[in-house]
Amino acid sequence: MHYLWVFLIGGLICMLGEMLIIYTNITSARILVTFVIIGVVLQAVGIFDPISQFAKAGINVPIIGFGASLAKGAMAAAQSKGLLGAFTGGLEATAGGIAAAVIFAFIFALIFHSKTKN
Amino acid sequence: MDEKQRNEAYNKYVTAKIPKTRAWPSLFNSFWVGGVICCLGQGINDLILLAFPNMAEQSAWAYTLIALIFIASFLTGIGVYDKIGKFAGGGSIVPITGFSNSVTSPAIEFKHEGIIYGICVKMFTIAGPVIVAGVVSSIVVGIIYLFV
Amino acid sequence: MASRRTIVFENKPVITGSYSIVGPKEGKGNFASYFDYIMNDDSFGEKTYEKAEKKMLEHAINGAVADAKIQPEEVSLLLSGDLLNQIISSSYAARNFDVGFLGLFGACSTMAEGLAIGSAMVDSGYFDHVVCATGSHFSTAERQFRFPLELGNQRPPTSQWTVTGAGACVLSKQGSGPRVAMATFGKVIDYAVVDVNDMGAAMAPAAMDTMLTHFRETNSSPDDYDLIVTGDLGKLGSEILIDLMEMSGIKLGLNYNDCGQMYFTRNQNTLSGGSGCGCSATVLNSYIISKLRKGELQRVLFMPTGALMSTTASQQGETIPGVCHAIVLESDVKPKGGGVQSQDIKKTTSASKGGSKIQKRKGG
Repeated sequence: MHYLWVFLIGGLICMLGEMLIIYTNITSARILVTFVIIGVVLQAVGIFDPISQFAKAGINVPIIGFGASLAKGAMAAAQSKGLLGAFTGGLEATAGGIAAAVIFAFIFALIFHSKTKN
Repeated sequence: MDEKQRNEAYNKYVTAKIPKTRAWPSLFNSFWVGGVICCLGQGINDLILLAFPNMAEQSAWAYTLIALIFIASFLTGIGVYDKIGKFAGGGSIVPITGFSNSVTSPAIEFKHEGIIYGICVKMFTIAGPVIVAGVVSSIVVGIIYLFV
Repeated sequence: MASRRTIVFENKPVITGSYSIVGPKEGKGNFASYFDYIMNDDSFGEKTYEKAEKKMLEHAINGAVADAKIQPEEVSLLLSGDLLNQIISSSYAARNFDVGFLGLFGACSTMAEGLAIGSAMVDSGYFDHVVCATGSHFSTAERQFRFPLELGNQRPPTSQWTVTGAGACVLSKQGSGPRVAMATFGKVIDYAVVDVNDMGAAMAPAAMDTMLTHFRETNSSPDDYDLIVTGDLGKLGSEILIDLMEMSGIKLGLNYNDCGQMYFTRNQNTLSGGSGCGCSATVLNSYIISKLRKGELQRVLFMPTGALMSTTASQQGETIPGVCHAIVLESDVKPKGGGVQSQDIKKTTSASKGGSKIQKRKGG
């Protein structure tokens, strides 16, 4: 049953992104930036975790989840390590995702060519 | 009529002239594709936890995201992701797979300029701002958190 | 009063040879049967799309020279330009030709810029043969002006599709073929359009200015031409031009059309139509010149438009300036009889249908 929530919340968030594209004509890079910051803010004010409880992947898979992890990591590390933690925590928590994006992009860039579109 | 007024009037006219496309089909497509990608993530996450019941929730999520990033990166390489993107718009940009696509696509596009100046330099031309915005705002949040 | 911008050529240089080469998608478009060469693969056997674009240009130049039935050594000057930074396709293609080279940048208006300068050179008697060429490639334009090909983004409805193709023609002092009768150089016009996905709207005012100037300075009207054709205003841009001209008191009829609008069929998903240097260049060097050669078109006003922007300028918040040059082409063959035009327009399908719809809407 929780897949229904995942689908609905995830779909709604993506639809919000599409609305931004249609009505404000902004590019994908700006959309990603907007949603990352939304994620950071949601985590900072403590709304993210309650939503994540039932939305699960619905909010963790959208790039909002990436922002939330950054903020969560920074906040947790700030608590345990102080100022240094505020600096290291965010990237530590998201290192897996960034590293994966880099390594797969690198490997596939070596293998594949970009194709002309029709 | 001076130039500024002329330009304003012209831009107003052009905006009115642009054909209005119906928004709901693309909104609907972005909704269901986005939902499906999230469900796929949930499915991977559930499978990981099923196979390794002792794994921490945090680690399971990390593996899930890595898997999604891998899939999107691969689909980008074989030239499928941009077709999904054309159809779904926000539905495939907003999920983490869209981030992966925006890292892989310039890397592939600029491979002919060499590994260093092509792949490595151009890799974050689109996704770079995401990392910058995320890191900057998370550090700000972390520092504020120190004082409250 | 501004000084004159129209040249009326005394000797009317002759287009003795022409050649067009296009990519596979363009080869399925409305002009498919007119092109000289349709590539199976738009990389044209090269490793990168930039190299493919250069090779297309070389191919087109060679083709035009062969079509003119002259030796390459007889050509004095090559006038060529393209969309890439530092017009590399043209300069690199020119390496392989033993002729003088003038690199041009007029964005998508380059074909007319080349024809105008080349005609002046030939008309004045300095040169016997001059080659004008230009081309563009979808994949090189995308990566330079927009996004990587594999990025999953959507194109807004006003965006246009850069044509993969190159066109070249030989201008000669003597010979048989269509003649270049006049040229009107355009001013750079900027109506402060900033949307880089709406080039048609950015360039339409430039087309209007050149058209009005041309009609005024040559005492002509739209009725003096069998075909008035702009380069790549696209569907939206050409509708805007029709409106702008009407506001200036000149009604463009069914003899007006736009290469970009006509280029692709409706189900080819090109939104507002074709664009790029190759768009007007391939249409001119296939469809228009072959119709002029047969006498099926007698007088054509060819007006490619160019958007003179760069990504840097756009990112710095600059608006998009446009330019448009007009060339008058005349057939050297007497018409075989009336009724040619309607047949032409039917062939170019969706475009003229769209055109007539506009007319009706206005009338009603």
